[in-house]
Order: sequence, then structure tokens, then C-alpha cells
Amino acid sequence: MAEISIPKLAPQATTTADATPGAPFIEVENVSLYYGASKALKNISVKLEEKLVTAFIGPSGCGKSTLLRCLNRMNDLIDSVRIEGAIRIGGHDIYARDVDVIELRKRVGMVFQKSNPFPKSIYENVAYGLRLHGVKNKADLDARIEESLQQSALWEEVKDRLHSSALGLSGGQQQRLCIARAIAIKPEIILMDEPASALDPIATARIEDLILDLKKEFTIVIVTHNMQQAARISDRTAFFYMGELVEFAATSKIFTNPAQKRTEDYVSGRFG
Amino acid sequence: MPNQNHNSRRSHGWMGIHRGHKARPVEWLAEKFIFLVSLSAILMVLLIFLFVAREALPVFFGQTNTALVQKPIPADEVDKHSPAELQVYLEITPDEFGKMSKTTLRTLMEVKVEAQDEIPENFRNDPDAHINTTEWKYLVKPHQWDNYTKPEYIWQPVGQIKKFNIIPLFVGTLKVTLIGLLFAVPLAVGAAIYVSQMARPRVREVVKPAIELLSGVPSVVVGVFALLVMATVLQTIFHYQTRLNAFVAGLALGFAVIPVIFSIAEDALTSVPRAYTQAALALGASRWQTAWQIVLPAALPGVFAAAVLGFGRAIGETMIVLMVCSASVMSWSVFDSARSITTTIAAEMAEAVNGGPHYRILFMLGALLFVATFVSNMVGDFVIHRFKNKLEGKR
Amino acid sequence: MNSAATTTPAPTATRHFRAEKFDFWSFFFTGLTGLATLFILGILATILLNILVNGWSAISWHFVSTIPKKDFFDANTTGVLPMIVGTAFRVIVMTIFVIPIGVITAIYLTEYAANTSIITRIIRAAVNNLAGVPSIVFGLFGLGFFINFVGKNMDYLLHNTTAVWGQPALIWASLTLAVMTLPVVIVATEESLKAIPPGLREASLALGATKLETILKIVLPQALPGIMTGGILAVSRAAGEVAPILFTGVAYYMASLPSHLSDQFMDLGNHIFVLATQSPNIEQTRPILYATVLVLLLLTFALNIVAILIRARVRKKLRALG
Repeated sequence: MAEISIPKLAPQATTTADATPGAPFIEVENVSLYYGASKALKNISVKLEEKLVTAFIGPSGCGKSTLLRCLNRMNDLIDSVRIEGAIRIGGHDIYARDVDVIELRKRVGMVFQKSNPFPKSIYENVAYGLRLHGVKNKADLDARIEESLQQSALWEEVKDRLHSSALGLSGGQQQRLCIARAIAIKPEIILMDEPASALDPIATARIEDLILDLKKEFTIVIVTHNMQQAARISDRTAFFYMGELVEFAATSKIFTNPAQKRTEDYVSGRFG
Repeated sequence: MPNQNHNSRRSHGWMGIHRGHKARPVEWLAEKFIFLVSLSAILMVLLIFLFVAREALPVFFGQTNTALVQKPIPADEVDKHSPAELQVYLEITPDEFGKMSKTTLRTLMEVKVEAQDEIPENFRNDPDAHINTTEWKYLVKPHQWDNYTKPEYIWQPVGQIKKFNIIPLFVGTLKVTLIGLLFAVPLAVGAAIYVSQMARPRVREVVKPAIELLSGVPSVVVGVFALLVMATVLQTIFHYQTRLNAFVAGLALGFAVIPVIFSIAEDALTSVPRAYTQAALALGASRWQTAWQIVLPAALPGVFAAAVLGFGRAIGETMIVLMVCSASVMSWSVFDSARSITTTIAAEMAEAVNGGPHYRILFMLGALLFVATFVSNMVGDFVIHRFKNKLEGKR
Repeated sequence: MNSAATTTPAPTATRHFRAEKFDFWSFFFTGLTGLATLFILGILATILLNILVNGWSAISWHFVSTIPKKDFFDANTTGVLPMIVGTAFRVIVMTIFVIPIGVITAIYLTEYAANTSIITRIIRAAVNNLAGVPSIVFGLFGLGFFINFVGKNMDYLLHNTTAVWGQPALIWASLTLAVMTLPVVIVATEESLKAIPPGLREASLALGATKLETILKIVLPQALPGIMTGGILAVSRAAGEVAPILFTGVAYYMASLPSHLSDQFMDLGNHIFVLATQSPNIEQTRPILYATVLVLLLLTFALNIVAILIRARVRKKLRALG
């Protein structure tokens, strides 16, 4: 039987949270978002740092997923959305008029809550993004696909069946495939929208290990409704409530000594 | 940790996002192209109406004249009349008029004068010979023609004096359609109620495609069946005079329309929320009581729309009635033959002179038919739309 | 039918779940509607059996492979080869036009159009209306637009001395049928596009694909079986239609098989009509008539089967791997 490591469940500061903070990379400035007439995000300002894991937590409907989707402009797909304020990545306003959304999304990848592999082979799933961005040579493709699958801890399990359908994988494997697919094109930032919420605890543990690993190379922003998960893997945590950013600080501080009463109520389970 | 240096290098990498949407012309072009192609559906509806009505316009504007005896315009007076008058008189289109030389025009006019001279004396005295039979009052009101005892509606576009009254055709269409619907609606709605409310789900899976198979049978085939089998069978049962009559045609038409009505009614009944059915059953109602008292009233708009769309389909059906009935008789009896609007167009277009008054009146009938089905379609779709919205919106 | 008529055989039970009285009306109406269903199915079965029984004996290889002489009421010398060829040709040409236009329109409606905009609603209304136009009106449209306008102008521009395009022809009949079956293809394609989960599109866009790339590489391949279904439906419908081709291209008699788009053609459906209504001796013609009907149904059936098989193979391929 394969060895499975169960992570500690108590919220401990085992992350590099207390290490030197990274340079600000994603700057959200006074951002408000409207779905038609209703205001979903109220004047959010936050600076996310590079090569760290930042978690967005908060009760359902508080806007954390909405803000996440602003970072790679996936909210553009919804007709009635209107955004005020500015979001800067690497100093550039991503909502500027001359921004090419395609280029943005090459640099900011996303993993979704429900894994959505294409109905193609495992190989083709990872190759899709690579081909989109110009990698055509078979040797190159093979190398990069292997690299991504290695990085997402899936290689050993699928190396013998790369050309079988991706839909034949288990839920956890599919999600790891989606992660491999996203990192294959080497984005600088990876956005994760509740990536493990549909998975069982063992698969979840695997994904969390993976995230801690990926942190070395990518900047990760993860939305989660699982506070223990946030405490386990993130360096910084932002707590949202009803469209507002209530508090943003190092994870250890949020969970042990939060500044706002609402934060304390939430992390201690009084509501949510 | 990365600092100033890294930031500027990172920042430089992010300059790439400023390519703007102008960098993707192919996308933009493709989107416009797709949009244009999609407009073709609208274009086609417009074109259909335009070009069918176009051929019929001269009748609408009173520019045709079928009077047998007309005061001929002497060939010398070719310049004294406007091009429009000459076109009507000679029965040619503006295009043709433009391509003709003066000499050709004069020749045509001389031919017309001769034709007028050749009309025998007894005809000249016949009052009917002076009538322009394409005027509106002759198209819709009864007229007492020579050799008839009382005013009649007559559609008889052949012979010396062509009679174009369209009322018999409307009556024929109505007869056949009403019989068809009277037969089809109860059957189709009854079957829809059974299949959606009372039978086991497995039954629905088999029966629904089977009935849809009926809609795949071409109408010529149904027509053959009606002609060879039904006509004889029904005559033995009912003992009427004319073997091929409106009753047989109506029944066969009903067959063809049943799948349409069934399909839409069944959809409407199935989209009634299961909560209603389950609530009624839980209170102890039988399946029939639930269906009749709860589900059917809720689905009534959809079922009504099914009947309206079936009506639209029925008045547009051509081949079945064409094969069964042949004569245009103005009679309200279902056991007489009947000509519908569609069969008249189908049967007589081949013999109509291209551009002549008969041809134009047939096109006019087509335009009227188009408008009728357009309206009935809009009504049916509108009702279904409101019905679906009510079920989903105000739940 | 009735509520379950059972008695609980519990020893101390005083409740009996037996129907108090026989619910006559429920039984009656359930039976009535059931009979209605059976009746409809019975009609279908009767028609099909009637054709099968009568037509089977008259069909022969000679029948389907001969070009008949002018008198096709003679059972010994007649054949339906030109009708089969004519029907097949016009259906194929129609498909070439209707599938691209229908699929592109469906793509616009599901992928690009904002559901609330007026243009979208007008397009949808137009598609619905096209579906309801009587087939004979399409025939008039073909005559009034394609032949009298497009064809005549083509002849004029090409300096044809005799009417080549300005008269009934295979191309005009096929185009008329394409307009007629357009709604079928659009609806079937739209259904299959809507069935694709939005998550797939999101995943593709999040990887940096453009909308067009997403449609071409992810959405369309998935929707292919549905598109083929639409094509099958269109073909089945068009093969049996006679009214739209009556004045747009079908001929009473042609001595040879159609070879150009400007040729007229013979047609199975039209032939059935002619045999049934213009035969001098109906008893003699009866077997030929039934045989022709059978050929038409078999042809439609065969076209359907071929298309269904191709669709099944495409589905299998999509499921196995990309």
C-alpha cells in the first residue's frame, strides 16, 4: 500500500509566514465590482506579495471568489459586470484599455473548483496550453509535459497511459491534471478557486502538499472556505465579509491574534 | 527576497500585456463574419415575403386587366400613352418593356388589335366579357356570371373568361384543416396526457420516438395511403357519393399533423413542475385526477400553443390534399371535394403563363398564406414563451 | 391506474388500504387516452405495413437500376434510377449549403450573442418563423427569387442567349430546400452546443485561448455528433418533400441522369405523386407505385442509418481520446 502522509490538523505556523515578506506584486486599489445594480465588492485595497501563498477566506458569498476572478479578468465573461478602481500586476494596470487579455491569462493561470479536464487524452490536456502559446516541436512538448506532470505529482501515476482519456482519472488526479495543465505554460501567478473542496481528505492532502511545493516557483492566491487549510498552507490571509476586506495579515497573526473582532469571530467558528 | 532589481525585470516582462485587442485581427474578423452569416435567417424571411409579394404586386395595385373585350389602343397611338399604361395593356413587365424597341411595341399593339377584332360577335355582347376579373370585388365577392342562375363564388382560371374568386379556396382550406384538427387535437393531446402523466417512464421512451417517426413519413406517402386505402375504406363505412372528398383529405391531414401537436403538448405537460404532481398524489388523488385537474390546467397555454402550431402546419400542407382532392367545388359539405389554397398553387402554377394574371394571383395566394402562418407562428411562440417564463420565473 | 388496492395483512391492523370504490372515471379516461396513443401508433404501423407488404413484391434490382422510357406506367419496362439519383443529388447539394450556414448561426446564438439583445431575439424569431412557412410557399420563393431574379440576372451577366440559370434547375431546388431545412440544423446544433458544460470553455479561456480558438478546438469537436444529428434530420425531411421542388427543378420526364447543377431532375416523391394521380389504369400502376414509395422510404432510411453510424463513430472517438 502506498504511504500517505496525513497533515497535522491543528493550525500551526509551519509555513514561511514569518519569513521576510516578498515585494508587492499584485496591487488591488479601491476596487469595487457591480453585478448590475448590486455591489459585490466594496472598495477593496490589498497588496499581495510574490512567491507566497495568500489565502482568501470568508463565509459564502463574501466576494472572495469574485475578487479572485478579477485578477485574471475572468469576470469579463459575465455581461452585467462593472468594475471600478485599479488592479496592478507587476506595476501594470490589467484593466487598462490596451491590455490584451490573452497575454494576461498567459501570465495568470487558474485552477477551478470543479476539475474540468478537456475530453481528450492526458497528454493532449497538458499540450493544449503549450500549443496555444507556440510550442510545436514534439520533443519540446514531451519534455514540458513531463516536467509539469512531475511538478504536480502526477507523473508516476500516469506516465504509462499518457494517451488514455483524462476523464478516466479519479477526481483528485483530474484536479492535479488541471494544475499540471495550468503550470505547463509557466504563468507567474496561479489562482486557485477552492481547488480541493470537491475532493476527499487524502486527495486534499496531496493537493495541499503540492501547493507548498509550487510556492517556490509561483505566486499563489487560493480561495478556500476551509480555515484549517488556509492555516496549513498559506503565508498571508485575507478575510472577507459581505464584499469588504476586513483584515489582511500574516496567517499566523490572523489565526492566533486577529486585530478585528469579526475576524476573531469567524476563525473561532462563531459564524460562517 | 526579490527587491528592486527583480521588480523591474518582472515589470518589464509584464509590458507584454499591452498589445491591445488590435493585435488579434483574425478574432475580430471571424466574429464579424459569424455575425453576418447569422443575419441570413432574418434576411431569408424578408426575402421570402418580398419576392413572393413582388410577383403579386400588380394584382394588388390593380395593374392587371383580364377583360376579354377591351378597347384596343391603335398602334399609332403608342406615344400617347405612358409606359405604365402600355405595360398593363400589353401585360409585360417593366424590364421587358425597357428592352423592347419601338417597332416591337407597335407590332405587339397591332397583334392586340387583331385579337380584339377576332372576338366573335356573341361574345362581344356578353356582359361578362367586359369585366376585369382581377379586380378585388370579383376576387372576393360572389358574382352572377352568364349561364348561372344566381351569384356564385367561382374559381375557374381556364377558358375565355377567367374567374378568380378566391373564396372557394379559403373554404376548401378551412374545411380540410378543421376536419384535420378536430381529428388530430383530441388524439394527440390525449396521447400526450397518457404518455407524460400516466404511463411508466419506460413507455415514454418508446412511444415518443415512435410518434416522431410518424412525422418522418413524407406527406406524399400519407397521400398515397389516403388515396388507395383510406378512401375506399371510408366510403364503405360512410356510404357517401364522392369517393375522394374533403373528409378523407382532412383525416389524412390529421395524421400528418398529430406528431407536431403531440410533441409540443407532451413537452408542455412534462415541464409542469413535478412538485404539483407529487403534491396531488400525496393527497390521494389518482393519476387521472392529477392529470386532469392539476397538470392539464397548468399546461394549458402550452397545449393551446401546440394546437395553434398544428393549425399553422395544417393550412400549409400541400401534397396530401393535392393527391386526394382534385375539383374546386364551392360547397360547405365535407363530403364534397375541395381545393385548398396550397393545392391550387401547386396544381396550377405549371400551367399559368409566367407573368400573366393567373400566375400573379397564385403568388398573391402564396403571400396571404405566408402572412397567415407567420401570424399563427408568432402567436404560438409567444404563448409558449410566456408559459415557460411563468413556470420558471414566478415559481 | 387506480390507487393500489392492497390490504395489509398485519394481525392487529384495523386499517385497510383498499380502494373504497372503483374509480370509474379515472379508469375510463386513462383507458381512453391510452387508446388514443395506441390508435396513433396503429396508424403508423398500418401505413408502414401497407407499404411494405404491397411494395416488396414489386421491387427488383431491375426496377431500381433502369432509366424508364417515357411511359412509366408499364410495369415491365419501368425503373426509378433517375429518380433515385435526382433525389440523392438534390439532398447532397442542399447539405453542402445548409450545414455551414446553420452551424455558424447556431454558434453565434450560443457563443457570441447576448441573450437579451434585440438582434438576438429577432434572429431567433426569424428562425422560428422559417420553421413554420408552408412548403409550397418555399416553392414560390424559389421561383420568384432564385429563378426569376438570381437566375435571370446570372444569365444576363453571363450573356447566355438561352435561359440556362433562369429556369428550373437542380441548384435552385437544392438552395430552396436549404432555406427550408435551415431551422432544423440550427436548433439541433444549438442543443448540442448548450449541452457542453461551461467549465470547459472557462478552462480553455483561462489558459489564454481566444474565444475563436476555444470554439474551434474544444467546443465544436464536442458538438460534432449533435451537428450530424441536425444534418440527418434535415436530410430526412428534404428527401420526402415534393412541394418546394415542384416549380424549382423537378421534371415530369428526363431522358438522362442529371449531370450539371443547371439540369432538371426527376425525383422519387414527385414520381409517386405523378403515378398516383395521373395513371391511366390505377390497378396496373399500383405495384409500381408501392414499389416507388418503398424505394423512397428505404433511401431515407439508408441515408439515416449511414449518418447515424458515422455519428456513433465520431462519438466513440471523442470519448476514447482527443
